This record gives sequence, C-alpha cells and structure tokens, in this order.
Amino acid sequence: MGTHDNHTHNFTQEFEFTGKAKTWSLIAIVVGVLAIAFGLYTNAERTFANLLLMSYYFTCVCAAGLFFICLQYVAQAGWSAGLLRIPEAFAKVLPIASVILIIVAASGLLTHNLYHHWHQEGITEVGNPNYDPIIAGKASYLNMPFFLTRMVLLLGIYSIFARVITKFSNNEDLEGGLSSYKKNFKFAIIFLIIFGFTTPLWAFDTIMSLEAHWFSTMFGWYNFAAMWVSGLCTITLTVILLKKSGYMTWINENHLHDLGKFIFAFSIFWTYVWFSQFLLIYYANIPEETVYFYKRWEPAYKPWFWVNIVINFLAPILILMTRDSKRQMNTLMFVCIMLLCGHWLDYYMMIMPGTVAEHRGFGIIEIGTALGFAGLFTFLMLTQLSKKSLVSSNHPFLQESLHHHI
Amino acid sequence: MSSHHESILREPLITGENITYTKITNDILVPVENKANKAWWIGFTISALGALLWVVAVGYTFWTGIGAWGLNKTVGWAWDITGFVWWVGIGHAGTLISAILLLFRQNWRNSINRSAEAMTIFAVICAATYVVSHMGRPWLAYWPLPLPNQFGSLWVNFNSPLVWDVFAISTYFSVSLVFWYTGLLPDIATVRDRATGLRRRIYSIMSFGWNGSVKTWQRFEAVSLILAGVSTPLVLSVHTIVSMDFATSLVPGWHTTIFPPYFVAGAIFSGFAMVQTLLLVTRKVMNFENYITMFHIESMNKIIILTGSIVGVAYLTELFIAWYSGVEYEQYAFLNRVSGPYWWAYWSMMTCNVISPQLFWLKKVRTSIAASWILSIVVNIGMWFERFVIIVTSLHRDYLPSSWVMFYPSIIDVCVFIGSIGLFFTMFLLFLRVLPAIAMAEVKLLLKSSSDQSKQKLIRDKKVDPEQAEAYLQSLEKYDSVIPKPEYAKI
Repeated sequence: MGTHDNHTHNFTQEFEFTGKAKTWSLIAIVVGVLAIAFGLYTNAERTFANLLLMSYYFTCVCAAGLFFICLQYVAQAGWSAGLLRIPEAFAKVLPIASVILIIVAASGLLTHNLYHHWHQEGITEVGNPNYDPIIAGKASYLNMPFFLTRMVLLLGIYSIFARVITKFSNNEDLEGGLSSYKKNFKFAIIFLIIFGFTTPLWAFDTIMSLEAHWFSTMFGWYNFAAMWVSGLCTITLTVILLKKSGYMTWINENHLHDLGKFIFAFSIFWTYVWFSQFLLIYYANIPEETVYFYKRWEPAYKPWFWVNIVINFLAPILILMTRDSKRQMNTLMFVCIMLLCGHWLDYYMMIMPGTVAEHRGFGIIEIGTALGFAGLFTFLMLTQLSKKSLVSSNHPFLQESLHHHI
Repeated sequence: MSSHHESILREPLITGENITYTKITNDILVPVENKANKAWWIGFTISALGALLWVVAVGYTFWTGIGAWGLNKTVGWAWDITGFVWWVGIGHAGTLISAILLLFRQNWRNSINRSAEAMTIFAVICAATYVVSHMGRPWLAYWPLPLPNQFGSLWVNFNSPLVWDVFAISTYFSVSLVFWYTGLLPDIATVRDRATGLRRRIYSIMSFGWNGSVKTWQRFEAVSLILAGVSTPLVLSVHTIVSMDFATSLVPGWHTTIFPPYFVAGAIFSGFAMVQTLLLVTRKVMNFENYITMFHIESMNKIIILTGSIVGVAYLTELFIAWYSGVEYEQYAFLNRVSGPYWWAYWSMMTCNVISPQLFWLKKVRTSIAASWILSIVVNIGMWFERFVIIVTSLHRDYLPSSWVMFYPSIIDVCVFIGSIGLFFTMFLLFLRVLPAIAMAEVKLLLKSSSDQSKQKLIRDKKVDPEQAEAYLQSLEKYDSVIPKPEYAKI
C-alpha cells in the first residue's frame, strides 16, 4: 500500500446522525417503552427480569467499549488506532447505562420483583417463617444498602474513567502531541486494574445473587467473557455499518480481520469458561451446585440450554475459522448479529430460571424490551459519535493503523 | 509483521551499532562454535551434581518403594504432585511465547522464543519424571495408555482426569518438540554451513537438508502459523486438565469452578518467571545484551504483573466465595489455609505471588536487572508454595478429624526436588552449547525495521515527528546495551 492512500481519506469527516438510523432508533425506543408499560401492567416480575437483562447487557456493552480502549492503550496496539472513536462513543454512554441499571436494580429490590431470594421480610430472623439460614449467613454482604452502595460505587468509578479517558482523547485532537496519549496510558492501566479486580463482584451481585444460595467462583469470569464477546461484536457491527454508509474509508479488511479474530478467539474463551463451570459442577455432582443446572435442564429451558452452545460456540467457530470469512464484511456482520442474539440468550439463561422459572416467556415483553434498549443504545451512542471526527488524527499509532496489513 | 510504518515510539528489539546479518550470526553462535567458558563449566558442574542427586534419590525410591517419601495415610499426594504441577506450569511459557505471541504478531518474541521453548521441553521432561517415579514401578509406565492387553477386562478409566492428563501432556510435549525443532531448522543449517568435519555431518543430518530456498521459507512460515494455531488451544488445555485433577473431586479447596483458567494464568506466570531467571543470566554470560534488550525484560515483567494479578483475583474470589457459599467445609478449608498449621505456606504464597510482583508497577524495579532476577525467583518460590498449599492443606485435615495429620517431607522427597532442578539446568546448559540460543533467522527479520540503528537513522534523516523521536530517545535511557548518551547529542 502506498502512502498516497492517505490523501484519499477525509480524517475530519464527522458522522451525521440523521435519516433512517435516527428514525428507527427512536421508533425502537417507543416500541420498548410501550412494551415495558404493557409488561408492568400484565406481568411485573417477568418485565423486571427483562429490564434487568437488557439494562445489564446495555451496561456491559458500554463497559466493554471502555475496556477495549484501555486494552489498546496498555498493549500499545497500533492496528486499532483508526477505529478507537467507536468504543469511545460506547464509553461515553456508560454513565447513562449505569444509571438505568441502578434504577432497575433498586426499583426491583424495593418492589420485590428482583432479588427477593435474599431480600424478604424476616429472612434473616430466626423463628420467622421466612427464615433462611443460608441467606442469614451471607446477609452481611447481601443486604439492600450495601448492595446498592456497591453497585453505585463500581459503576460510578467505571463511568468516571470513561469520562476522563474520552476527554483526553478529545484533547489529543485539539492539542496534538504526546501528552494526552501518555495520560490516557496511565489512566488505562489504573482502570484495567480496578476493573479486573471488581468485575467478578459486579457479576456476583447483579446476576448470581438472583439465586442467592448458589455459588460458583467462575461466574465472574464467565460474565466477563460474555461482556467482552458482546462488546467486540457491537464494535465490529458499528464499524461495518458505518463503512457501509460510506464512512471510515481508512478501515479495510485487515482491521475487520483482526476484529474477527478477536470475536473468534473470545467466543472460544467464553465456551471455555462456560464449559469448565459446567463440567466441574456436573462431574462433582454436589447438590448445592448442581441445582443451578438442574433448573436449566427442566423442560422449559433444556432446548435453549443447548442452543446457547450452538449459537455462541459452534456457529462462530465454524463460520469464522477461515481467513476469508473474517475479511468479508457481510459474513462478519452476520456473525456479529448472531452472537448479539446469542448473548442475549446467554443472559436469558442466566436470569430467567432464577426469577420467573417455569413461567418464562418469549413474547411482546422480551422482544419489546430488547428492541427498546437496542434503540436506546443506538440513539445515545450515535449521538455521541456524531460529536467528534471519526478518527483521532493525532493518535501516535495512526500511521501504523492506516498501513495495517496482515 | 514488521512494517515500514512502525511508529518511532516503539522501543528497539535489537540494539548496538553496526549490526549486520553476519554480526548477528557471529554473536549468537559464539557459545556453539567455541570452547565453553569458565562460567559455563561452573554452572554445568553444579547442575550435573544436582542431576546425580536426582538419579540417586529416584533410584532409592524405586529400590525401596514410595514409602521412602513423606506421604502418609491421609496425605497420599503431596511433595511429588507439587513438583509435578510446578514443572508443568513452568513448561507453559515456551509455547505461549512461540504460539500465542506469534498469533498476536508480537515481534519481541523472536529473541526469546528459542530458549523459552527449550526450557518448556526440559520442564515437561522434569514433570514427567515425577509421574513415572510416583508410579513406583516404572516398568509399568505404559499402563495409563489405553492399550489392548492380556489382563482380562483391564482398561484405563476414561472418566479420570489423570488419564486426560496423560493425553494432554504427551500431546503437548510432542507438539512443543515439533514446534521447537521446526523453528531450529534454518538455524541448524546456518551452523552446518559454517562447520567442518564431523560437526558438519552431524548438523547436516539434523538440518533435514534445509537449503534456504524461497520454497523452504514459504513452507516454514506456513507450518509455523499452523503449529501456532494448534498449540494455542493445546497449551491452554494442559493446565486446564491439570487443574481438573483436583477440581473434579469433592475435596473442599480443590473443587471450585475457577480452577481451570486460574491454573492456566498461574502457569504462564511461573513460566515467564523461569524464562526471566534463565535469560537474565544467559544474556549476561553469553553477551546477548543487544538481542535480549531491556524492552524484552520489561515486557516479560509486565506479563508477570498481569498474570500475577489474575492469579490474585482468583485467590480473592476463592476466599470470598468460600465464605459466601455458606458451606461449612468450604469455609473451614480456607480458614485452615489462612490460619491453620500451614499458615506460613499460605502467606508465603500470597506474598511471593500477589504482593511482591506488584513492585513491577514501578518502572525502576521493572527495568532493574537485579530486581527482575530476584523477583523472578521469588515468583518461582511462590508458585511452588501455591501448589503445596492447594494440595497439602486440603488433604491433611479431611472429613474425619481423627485422621487429621501433618505432612513432613522425607529427605528423599527433598533430594528428588533439588535433583530435578539439577536435571533441568543440566539439560538447559547443554542446549546452550549445541544449539543457537536465539532464533537467528527470526531476529534478522527485525534488523531493518525494529533495530535501534534503523530508528536512529530515521531520526537523523528527520523522517519522524521530533516530539515522538524525543520520547523514543528517552525510552533508551533505561537500556544497559545502547551506546552512551553523548552520541545522541548530535541529533
């Protein structure tokens, strides 16, 4: 590739958020609001389970965007410098996503629609008909004030880092030089340490405590894997859709290839942690632990239990195995959409058996909530994306990214 | 891939002035083509004595039986399996460096992959000796293999993770060996071309007729990438299955779902520490400072903090979930680890594996050769304690308090362990003398794009951004192998 390529790219180009994307995301939000309202009226518990699912998914994708940026800084990655604005837009939405997740969790707790396994009248009082000795044993950790404090604290810290890191990336555009890069390098390290040590708690609290008797040390990393795969898919999908609309001409099949490799590798990683958790519990066959999978092998869930593995493991590994499939936009786009649906199912399998159990459903509430949050994410993310140019043209590794060739 | 557009911010992978392809060959082949120096002979003598100790200790074990060890009725698995897991763990870095870093296109692997892979092979050999010696009757070592036999319906238990281990480790060993040897071919051919007489004949046979044609190089690149793809899941599977030797059981402290990835991270952690221990000495004694630079040392230290912290997250998760589970046995197992009679082992593990590697956050420590070397040994000690803690503290107080005991190693236990270290170093030192310790062909690929001299030229020709050039020059200050500063003043 010659250097003349540079002249054909318009690095100051900004994304214009208008037309179909805007209309459809707003329509999706309206559909979501209506479906949630309908759901709250007809079946509040199921609706709250769906709200938790989607607000958690939404927050995870935004957090994965921030994680992606930090990882690129710390690893001194060059190839990705041309596409960092996309995960930056995700990170900018993280504060809003966090607020929504906190509101859902808090109102679920207060209305006893979520977490009632450990949050009930008299559950820790000896002699009370609701008394549960196992829950009483962990009440010093699982209680409403501490639970909400943790959630606010963790998501608050992540959001602050999202703000700071995107701010310095903006400064880099304005001022040039290396100082913003160096600052972000430091913040990225600090964020990764905090994130690495605290994400397991976030997953234990938000999801694992729905079935408060059950425990698995792997659960934190299992959720991390799901978050990372769905984040990577959303980043890739956004890049592809922008390219299809004529933006980001500097991103070519080499960058898509790398994103595809990441999706391929981390789908396998997700399977690895999923399978390790499953195999060890299955093999040891201890009732306290197998109860989790027992519920998921009830007739209401068993087919989906296996579909989860097919869609999140077999399909991506077979489709993305070849070099060509990772370099073809349409194939990669298909895989991203499939995996985003797949990880919705994965979260569904984590949340529903412990909340609505055999009264699970798949109808207006599920589809509507998912659409609503997808629309909200699209709307907020594209709004943020349209505020800056699509590339950080002073990024020190930009030339490496532009000439990336594999 | 090395690119013409490599950012000037990237630190050099080769330092020194007037480096040419010939000079690289000459520098790296010094230990192979010349008589050994004093340092090598001293090291070799000590290691060979260690290996001799191993022969005596294992011979004694075979002669008298496993009773020579400190095992007892309750703790039937202790020192031996600790040593086994420790060595297998160390045997992870080589393939990680050669395979995973190749997939990630990390060029700095080129200078360290050869000796790391050699180290892997020797570490896996040491691990295998533990398995065989624990069998007590090594002539029956073929029993774990599912071979058709005349013993009636006797067959291996396919449900046992110990059998999975046999497959995982033997496959890993075979593939690592093939990977290592394939990478060696062009370098062995170089040695052959410069040798005469009997040496030439031997290296000629070993080089499999490598002629350096374009076609051989093409096949070489293709096979390296395929082997990297194959070894990546393989290297991760090995310690996963080792962890399942414990985690599939019902023993509190062993049965926990985080074990597979946590063991893998721990293995990479100890493997890199051992690579660091070996290479810091090797580069000094063999004068490889221009090829194994401060950037390599610092990068390995960064991997050590990363994996050490992952292991730290796993330790904390285990502790937390043990409490959170509400299961009395699980809670006691961890209370016993932290504050029971083996508390010193637990806290040695915590200090060496989680706390002391955090010193690498300081750039001063990360780029100090002495500190890196000491910490790498501390990590190796910590990882030995980790396995000891997991194995012994979970077993010595089992479900029946009347059978609670302590484990004390016998002198034979200790001699087998020290001996295995001797065996390892003997093999490694022999390797340094007969094969190129740095992949010459692969390092040469980096000369044009990633060497200090090529970067200095770019700066002199004013082809790079001055601020970035300044940052590059600053990064060189920590190097112990670059030309003194006044040279740069001219720029």
